[in-house]
Amino acid sequence: MELTADLLVNALVAGILLAGFYAAVSVGVGISFGMLDVVNIAHPAFVVLGAYVAFYANQRVGADPIVTALVLSPVFFLLGRVMYRVYYYSFEQRGQESLRGLAFFFGILFITEVGLILAFGVDYRFVNTSFNDVTWRIGFVDLPLRLVVPFVVSLAMMLGLHYYLSRTFFGRSVLAVAQDPLALQLMGVNPRRVKELAFALSLATAGVAGAFLIVIQPVQPALGREFIGLVFAITVLGGLGSIAGTMVGAGILGIAESFTATFFGPSWSPAVSFGLLLAALAFRPAGLLGR
Amino acid sequence: MKARWFSLIVFLVAILVAAITTATVTNDYFYTASFTVLQFVILATAWNILGGLTGYVNFGSAAFFSLGAYSSVVLFTLFKAPVFVSIAVGAAVAGLVGLGAGYLTLRLRGVFFAIATLALSEVLYTFVINWDFVGGSRGAYIILPDEAPLGFRNNTQYLFAVMALVTAFAISVARFIEISRLGRGLAAIRDDEIAAECAGIPTLRLKLISTTVSGALMGMSGATFPYFMQYVEPTSSFSLAYSVNSIAMPLIGGMHSWAGPVIGAILLGTVQQYVQVTVSSAWNLLIVGVMLVLFVTLAPNGIMGWVDAWRTRRSRS
Repeated sequence: MELTADLLVNALVAGILLAGFYAAVSVGVGISFGMLDVVNIAHPAFVVLGAYVAFYANQRVGADPIVTALVLSPVFFLLGRVMYRVYYYSFEQRGQESLRGLAFFFGILFITEVGLILAFGVDYRFVNTSFNDVTWRIGFVDLPLRLVVPFVVSLAMMLGLHYYLSRTFFGRSVLAVAQDPLALQLMGVNPRRVKELAFALSLATAGVAGAFLIVIQPVQPALGREFIGLVFAITVLGGLGSIAGTMVGAGILGIAESFTATFFGPSWSPAVSFGLLLAALAFRPAGLLGR
Repeated sequence: MKARWFSLIVFLVAILVAAITTATVTNDYFYTASFTVLQFVILATAWNILGGLTGYVNFGSAAFFSLGAYSSVVLFTLFKAPVFVSIAVGAAVAGLVGLGAGYLTLRLRGVFFAIATLALSEVLYTFVINWDFVGGSRGAYIILPDEAPLGFRNNTQYLFAVMALVTAFAISVARFIEISRLGRGLAAIRDDEIAAECAGIPTLRLKLISTTVSGALMGMSGATFPYFMQYVEPTSSFSLAYSVNSIAMPLIGGMHSWAGPVIGAILLGTVQQYVQVTVSSAWNLLIVGVMLVLFVTLAPNGIMGWVDAWRTRRSRS
């Protein structure tokens, strides 16, 4: 393929827009895995679940996915509280989170996927919104709104989370809880409660990301699995325990994937994220902005 | 029991089972169903060497299985290789990949290994779909000659007998590791890795042996698959169902001895065959997932855990 400037710039812009969405998908894992040490590999499955809820709401009552996102996040927040309680009493309290806890989340992932297959079938689902087919053009640069809207909302969510976690007392106790729960307890904070709320927060972001997912691309139940590599690549690459790191990781992944899709074909793009993940694990497991 | 005697008994049982079924059963469905159950026995046993004995989670059983399956496809397409050659090569390839993945990630926290195996699965899947020589996403055929070797009536029965032997081999290896010095080292790593390291156990080396053996056995299970089905395609061979099953079966059976995964695989494998025929394959996967979550939260030591509890209670009274 001929390497032209506008192709290059368009791939770059598409990559950056995609990165915004990827950050929204990954930030939940950035919180649960990076800050709480709860390896929720089922997170991407909940993103896909959120996408299906947005799809269903759109089919039934014509709800805009962005509106669904606002309704969905508190519901997912509650779901997250319940899930963390089960996880805490079954595994964390007994010190079995490393093997059985992982298997638990793997089972949840699998149940979600198969449940979606049973409810909706394996066909790709898609939602049409008012802004779906609109594309702004600035010079030779394409700005499809179906990528721009999720990008803007994701960015707002990321910045909000960043300031919330770094400026408030609750945010600081989240950062502290994985490092030294005992010290936190001495400060008069209940570590289990902090973890429960932070985990619920991480799942709430999955609801928001899921509502965007159905806007950006057609969805099928097994899609969550492709996102696992992506999400963990972003989290590890950026550095555990840092929202800014997640944004940097998402940027790298989004641009790398967009370039691969443009120059080698989209069937290779899953290999990019997993390749980068393996490289990150092999050479710099602490991540670029890792502490 | 001495490892030698144990292996002898297991192999005799396998030969006996194969001989009796070959002599009495002609129904092809019986062979397909039993072959699938044996496949799961091997996968669960192999998974347990790393998961149950060493305490590291492998989410990529499907990847190691497919490495075996696609080694067979390559060898058969190039040389018309007989099944035993493919099993050996499949084991070597999957074992080496296990060693490589372990070497890259086992020096880090265990969870990175788990994520890496999941990633490995997707990377290999992408490569196979884009690789035309092995049929890409269309899949590949292995057409065997009509007459089966060694006087078997047909290839289905021959390959079932081969699978029975591979199963016996896998169980023998698992049991040998469990009672050997190696197994005690692995158990020490599972219970407290830092203490094991301090006690002078070469933890990294033992973990690498464990991943290699576990991967190789999974590869052996995969290598026979395309011969038996005479067809393999990436979506089914990389199916998450393999990974979930090989985790669910040891967890349900019990992870601390070789018997757990065998019991779990036979139980869950048979239930799945039944549900798949009477209800549907999607429901059958849902059952596996639900059973996995229920057992892991409510009965973390599985069926063998109940047996052990019952034994101690009886000996006390």
